[in-house]
Amino acid sequence: MKSVVIIGGGVAGIETASALSDFGHNVVLVEKTDSIGGKVLKWDHLFPDLKSASELENYLDIKCREGNFAIQKNTTIAQASQSNGKWMLRTDNNRVIETDAIVVATGYEVFDASRKEEYGYNIYDNVITSVDLEERLKSGKTITTRAGYLPEKIGIIHCVGSRDEKSGNHYCSKVCCITGVKQSIELHKLLPEAEIYCFYMDLRMYGQYYEELYREAQEMHKIQFIRGRLSEVSENIDKRLLIKAEDTLSGRPLKMSVDLLVLLVGMEPGKGTKSMAGICGLETGKDGFLKTSDMHFGNNKTGKKGIFLAGSCIGPMSINDTISNARSAALEVHNYLQTK
Amino acid sequence: MTEAHQSGITGIYPKEIAADNYYYVRSCIRQNFFPGSETAFLKIMRNVLGKNIYDDAVHTTCTGIGYHSDIVPFETIQTVVARQFALMTEKGFENLAVSCVTSFGIYCEIVETWKNFPEELDKARVNLKKATGREFEIPRNIAHASDIIYKFRREIAKEAKYSLVNCLTGEPLNLVEHIGCHYAKMFPEMGVGGAEFTSVLSSMIEIWGGAVVDYPERRHCCGFGFRQYLIQANRGYSISNSRKKFESMEPYHPDAVICNCPGCTMFMDRWQYVIAEMENKTYGQGGRGIPVLTYEELAGLVLGYDPWDLGLQMHQVNSEPFLDKLGIRYIPSQKYSGKDGKIMAGPVIPACIK
Amino acid sequence: MKAAEKFGFRVLETRVIDLENFDGRLLRYVHRHEKSFITCLSCGGCTATCSAGNLIEFNVRRIGLLLRRGETEGLEREIDKCMLCGKCQLVCPRGINLRNVIMLIKKGIVKFKNGTPEKVEL
Repeated sequence: MKSVVIIGGGVAGIETASALSDFGHNVVLVEKTDSIGGKVLKWDHLFPDLKSASELENYLDIKCREGNFAIQKNTTIAQASQSNGKWMLRTDNNRVIETDAIVVATGYEVFDASRKEEYGYNIYDNVITSVDLEERLKSGKTITTRAGYLPEKIGIIHCVGSRDEKSGNHYCSKVCCITGVKQSIELHKLLPEAEIYCFYMDLRMYGQYYEELYREAQEMHKIQFIRGRLSEVSENIDKRLLIKAEDTLSGRPLKMSVDLLVLLVGMEPGKGTKSMAGICGLETGKDGFLKTSDMHFGNNKTGKKGIFLAGSCIGPMSINDTISNARSAALEVHNYLQTK
Repeated sequence: MTEAHQSGITGIYPKEIAADNYYYVRSCIRQNFFPGSETAFLKIMRNVLGKNIYDDAVHTTCTGIGYHSDIVPFETIQTVVARQFALMTEKGFENLAVSCVTSFGIYCEIVETWKNFPEELDKARVNLKKATGREFEIPRNIAHASDIIYKFRREIAKEAKYSLVNCLTGEPLNLVEHIGCHYAKMFPEMGVGGAEFTSVLSSMIEIWGGAVVDYPERRHCCGFGFRQYLIQANRGYSISNSRKKFESMEPYHPDAVICNCPGCTMFMDRWQYVIAEMENKTYGQGGRGIPVLTYEELAGLVLGYDPWDLGLQMHQVNSEPFLDKLGIRYIPSQKYSGKDGKIMAGPVIPACIK
Repeated sequence: MKAAEKFGFRVLETRVIDLENFDGRLLRYVHRHEKSFITCLSCGGCTATCSAGNLIEFNVRRIGLLLRRGETEGLEREIDKCMLCGKCQLVCPRGINLRNVIMLIKKGIVKFKNGTPEKVEL
């Protein structure tokens, strides 16, 4: 029986662990926190079908309960070394795990919106991120301003921390556009009187049924889409937020006041991802995510024999893409173990 | 914005400010427009803080105004700046204390240029040597004078005779702080608190008892701008930007505006008269304007200096309502008395602004 | 007025942007000296923050666009509205040095007006 260690207990890690244990391998899933599931536990609904995130939670939960693999929580990897075709992993609590293969599934980190100082996150009361909004939606509480009023005007800002050299991130985080569309619809359902404006540079509805959701936002929810990047945010005397952009399609500067501003924060390589790159000597791409050996034919392989990648440690990825990617990682690892 | 937020931002930009032994470079225009400010600064540095600061009679303009108006070429201004540095070096100093925000920007820009293009530094050394026979060291520390007052704001607070509190209501006075663009917008790391939420003035105001007005156009330029003002066709830009700021701050009923840049102080003050004349609009209470002060004048008032010694009579917008709120005693009849005690002719009082 | 004109006939000039027949010298000149400008996303951050564009009819984003489309007529007048404050570069997600673009257009227009041949490296 061959052994595999999977690092990271999010969607990618669980899916890979489950598939590899189904192939009959001896699988250990290592997770740094005390809970399994990753960031998706904070999500309320998933795009584009507005499926409740709890369905995904249940799905992952069943995989963990019924899957034939071990889970080690509160564990991080501190060292890795290779000898005789085996990898030796030393954990932070000084345990050594010997394994035939490693799958890195350490995922992403949400962009820290306070780095865009001019957008006023952590400074003004009513500037929140898409992650904050997701948590509020999940809590089931009414969406209000900090002072407790129902927002009448809401701004949703695309590309915060993505496609922006000022943030150091030139790449597109892929999932924010559709998240903005999804959240605008959810907000409109909860606050039918509210006017909702999305400020975008390009709307990238790349996935199946994304375009349809965008159309639904326009048709059914009267969401206004303004093509222009936010330049700055400031606060009015009534705590509403004054936002400035160019309405590029009419070619004129535009300003408006909103009660609530949602920043669609992008994805950055996770702390665990950066740390694994260092520990295992993995190559990173120009976006800082882990580099695969070939983006067409080896999208789960690395330059290191026996180390594989799954999920958003490779790059920004939606949940359905992550699940597919994790399954393909499992197949790659399985094929590798057969030849060993 | 809460104080914690502000200090969080300030923490990202830990600016190093020298603690003593400064070579002072003055502004071209401040001694005319706010003649007490630089004197007050030197007095505070020497008498209150006990610092060693050298005021040199032979340094010149940095030529920033000419540079920003396309009259003085870059090579020339580099040589002029090299000469200021040479004077500093000759007098045995390493820390530059800069009175003017434009000059501060110039010194930062040129030192940064020399870092990135060492051949420019070599040229400047050769040019200065040829022209004057002098040699120079690059300052170890460049601070704007407001950085230094910021650094010692607590020491000043300990010596304060007045607090920035309305003596009738006991409420903190509402103060607008306005930062010159060239203080941190070119090099955010050179300003206390960076470019967006600069805290060099707001920290002084708060520690001296006042409240800072966080109004929407707080970060906007005063409109002065060399190209805006010096080119006649562009003067509309200058006044329009000032008006944008006044309109934005008006609902907060500010008691005064505090600036750290000569151009901003000048134009925030004088444009209020022009706007009153052109548009019949005043922004202060009772047909008055909003008093505009330099941070040295503010520090001087807090320390109990006489308002007329501080040169407040030279401002367009009368500062008496602000002095009254602070509870500062002054002799109205002495407002226009000269140093020799003789009363000078007062200015003509315009009808459009009280 | 000719009889046909009196009758209402007009021969209209086409208003299409003609990408095949435009004088690309200025575009190439600016691009050679300021590579960054070709990466513009047309996001409008520059125009939103522009000191001049907030007060008068001036769109700094369109300067680069007009140049890329060969629409250089009137560009000379347009760039004069820029106050060179540099806020556009401060906000640009691609870090484009628009001030340099404008200075290069100024220089380029003068050089090409004086008949500098295209081949000469300026």
